[in-house]
Amino acid sequence: MLRSLLRRPLALFGLFIILVVVIAAVFAPWLAPYPPDEQFFDGLTIEGSPLPPNPTFLLGTDLLGRDLLSRLLYGAQTSLAVGVIANSIAVGIGTLIGVTAGFFGGFIGAALMRFTDLTASFPALLLAIVLAAIFEPSLWIVIVVIAMVNWVQLCRTIYTQTRSLAEREFVEAEVAIGAGWPRILFRHLIPHLVPLMIVWGTLGISITVLLEATLSFLGIGVQPPIPSWGNIINENQTYFLTAPWLVFIPGAAILLLSLAFNLVGEALRDVLDPTQKGHY
Amino acid sequence: MAVYVLRRLGQAILILVLISFTTFFLLYVVPADPAQMMAGRGTNSAATIASIREQLGLDQPFLVQYGRYLQNLLHGDLGRSYLQKAEVTELIASRLPATLVLMAGAIFFEIAIGLTMGLLAAVWRGTKVDQALMVASFVFVSTPQFLMGILLLYVFAVHLDWLPMGGYGSLAQLILPALTLGILGAGWYSRVMRSSMLDVLRQDFIRTAKAKGLAPAIVVLVHALPNAILPIIALIGADVGYFLSQTVVVESVFGWPGIGQLTWQAIQRVDIPIIMGVTLVTACLVVLGNLVADLIAPLIDPRIKLR
Repeated sequence: MLRSLLRRPLALFGLFIILVVVIAAVFAPWLAPYPPDEQFFDGLTIEGSPLPPNPTFLLGTDLLGRDLLSRLLYGAQTSLAVGVIANSIAVGIGTLIGVTAGFFGGFIGAALMRFTDLTASFPALLLAIVLAAIFEPSLWIVIVVIAMVNWVQLCRTIYTQTRSLAEREFVEAEVAIGAGWPRILFRHLIPHLVPLMIVWGTLGISITVLLEATLSFLGIGVQPPIPSWGNIINENQTYFLTAPWLVFIPGAAILLLSLAFNLVGEALRDVLDPTQKGHY
Repeated sequence: MAVYVLRRLGQAILILVLISFTTFFLLYVVPADPAQMMAGRGTNSAATIASIREQLGLDQPFLVQYGRYLQNLLHGDLGRSYLQKAEVTELIASRLPATLVLMAGAIFFEIAIGLTMGLLAAVWRGTKVDQALMVASFVFVSTPQFLMGILLLYVFAVHLDWLPMGGYGSLAQLILPALTLGILGAGWYSRVMRSSMLDVLRQDFIRTAKAKGLAPAIVVLVHALPNAILPIIALIGADVGYFLSQTVVVESVFGWPGIGQLTWQAIQRVDIPIIMGVTLVTACLVVLGNLVADLIAPLIDPRIKLR
């Protein structure tokens, strides 16, 4: 699997970006030239505007005279943590509901899938914005809100797949030799669903990264002083005419990370699930 | 047909009731207190706050409040804004046209860009053009909308000075916000269009058309394109809900006076009647969008049957 992934240049590019961001996040305390929230006296011009990139501050400084590079490195921690945690919860919820509805069917299955339809007809971003704004904003609220709106698509795919697996001969054979449902479920169905979970888990992180950035950009996501790529843009957006790098460098970071998970997810889908090629 | 529409409308009403209940419940349990917001931050007089609560009926039990809301809803009354001293229906009606114009523009760009990219990628399948277009489609779906908005503003309004920075009223002012909103969808559409076009190009009637000696452009545009467009139509219906949530972001970047701005202001001030109203109107449009897309599909493609 890994080899066929490495043969695709776009997937390789995606993996490289993810690796760079992971290294940036894990080693931020050692890589960052300065503490992320230290305000430098010489970090602003005499008029009080941010400094452009220069030898002391490699990517320049922000509106409070803090080093942008250091904030970006620490911001990578936030983006990755939110992306991975929120999305793992979403995959968990989606799989649980999808498998339960698909495997047991009947009244519970129908009720669960109607609940999924209901969540799907709720505009996700609007729901996330309302929830994030009204609860006291914090990192955990952002994670929970994103997880709550992000499980639906995976759930539907898992449901369809479980239904079709349950009809197959090998399940029939298991029933015929008297296997109980836990054995059929855990030994025979779940292993077949793992590729789907990996694919949607990876593609989902891309959406999660965008959602977190959007909420933080609106000021209702991750709260300062914790740096996140979205809130760096939110804090500095008034300077976008005079200091465009303050918006476009963190913006490029968000774009690249989201793109990387998309490229890897899509390649994984081609490798693991050839039936669904090229559809979104 | 009539039975199908009636059954779908019945389901739609059920969905809307459930959505109204869920939203009402979520807004009921949130820690933010609208009475405190209305009284102002400085006011801490418990008596003032209590009287505001009583006036708004916020001291009633949850089900009583919800029942009253539903009863008013049946009369087409979405309640009064807590802070703007106006009917929610009027506020939404006054903002809806701007948002619908923005959405129409976004759908135009989505289709124009998405279909063109998908078509070219399919025709030149496997070439550098195909690869470049598909990478572009990935970039489109991976760009946060606010970043796309700021980037377009920076390039076309500040740097090149071709288009206005923001505002509402003229066609020139519509282009950038509509493009921002539409470009992500264009990324999706181009991928769907490419694979749909490839499916069509493999079919017998295309081979016949080619064998007749028709010009390649005619084969692609007249014979293949109309058939390949079908999957896109279902997607446009589903886009309505997505657009309405994204308008919160796009309208705030461009200062577009639509539903998105209204929602954003309401969210910040915990103006619950407006939030409820917008959620319900959005849900209505989503359900309606899906229904219309499903009804149009068999008209365009007789192979599709309504079930």
